[in-house]
Amino acid sequence: MADGVAKSGDTLGALGRGALRSFERTGRAGLFLLRVLKSIPAVLARPWLIVQQLYSVGVLTIVIVLVAGAFVGMVLGLQGYNILVRFNSEASLGTFVGLTLVRELGPVVTALLFAGRAGSALTAELGLMKATEQFPALEMMAVDPYKRVLAPRMLAGFIAMPFLAGIFSAVGIMGGYVIGVDLLGVDAGTFWSQMQKAVDFHEDMMTGFWKSLAFGFAATWIALFEGYDSVPTSEGVGRATTQSVVHSSLAVLGLNFILTAFLLETNA
Amino acid sequence: MMSRRVIEVWVGLFVVGGLLALFMLAMKASNLTTVSTADAYQVTARFANVGGLSVKSPVKASGVLVGRVSDISYDDGSHEALVTLSIEKRFASFPSDTSASIYTAGLLGEQYIGLAPGAEEDTLKEGSTIMFTDSAVVLEQMISQFMYKKMADDDK
Repeated sequence: MADGVAKSGDTLGALGRGALRSFERTGRAGLFLLRVLKSIPAVLARPWLIVQQLYSVGVLTIVIVLVAGAFVGMVLGLQGYNILVRFNSEASLGTFVGLTLVRELGPVVTALLFAGRAGSALTAELGLMKATEQFPALEMMAVDPYKRVLAPRMLAGFIAMPFLAGIFSAVGIMGGYVIGVDLLGVDAGTFWSQMQKAVDFHEDMMTGFWKSLAFGFAATWIALFEGYDSVPTSEGVGRATTQSVVHSSLAVLGLNFILTAFLLETNA
Repeated sequence: MMSRRVIEVWVGLFVVGGLLALFMLAMKASNLTTVSTADAYQVTARFANVGGLSVKSPVKASGVLVGRVSDISYDDGSHEALVTLSIEKRFASFPSDTSASIYTAGLLGEQYIGLAPGAEEDTLKEGSTIMFTDSAVVLEQMISQFMYKKMADDDK
């Protein structure tokens, strides 16, 4: 009997400790974000730092975004055509491809790729910097790691995501065009005019744009925090990298639902 | 480590590519080029029934898009629907006795307003009211009228 009480006490204790730890971590992530955001004005005076990070966050992610965008667009073209042709409405293929890419798939898939390619690289880099004690070293030289290391990366992720999402959607629409028009014989004029009729600049394009901004923000924040807060061992860096990808992917998907609900409601 | 110049060129290309993609999306894939609400004048029309008409429904003359519905409200005094049409400025010569009717594109398609020009010399201007209107055809009403008529005929 007493044994059982002690055991359940242990489980409860572990549960409580776990909860406290995750609250503590969330709080730390919030404070971390505040400090990073506060350091951003200082970085604006040194654009070279941002350009350097835009290269590693944006330019190096572009290949995967181009390839994925083209294939996703081609699949949309194929699947959309096969479904629409049953209802004799393959003329709406442009609407289907355009709306899905601009509103949902463009921002979301790009953010997932971004978390996998750029986010994991950021986390690993920061984790390794922490494991090799580079942050204290910087502080010893009176260099603020928030201003020198973290804020430029945050800003670069924030800037790169809308561009990447735009490139993804544009390439995806081309992919859908190649399959739908060149291969399956939908009329080119119909494809574009139906798309233009359905895709509203202020509602659909802007929805996609705000989403990609929010996703870039969330994914970069998580990647930076996981790296900066990692356990400074090789194992800890590995775990932080995995967690960074998992957490930012989940955050992106959850955030997407919330944003879609909000943006659809305000537009209705 | 790559030289600073190479990185700058790549980042420049990235930004230009991203802007081009956004530009292409805005111009080629969205309605930004086809709808211009800035250069438009507002005309009102009263309908007994607007059916499924909604804000942003097309306004057409001879089947060509000349504007959009910008507002629909209910006039409590006259018990009619008050529809505001914004018509592009370049179509400024609609006679003042132009009539507006609500049509449906196809059997189940979206509803739009068709303008049929009249013969007056005065033209519609900002704030004018269209005098002659035809309400939307409500399919259910037609069906029920047909049914009642048929039932009445059967009773005879």
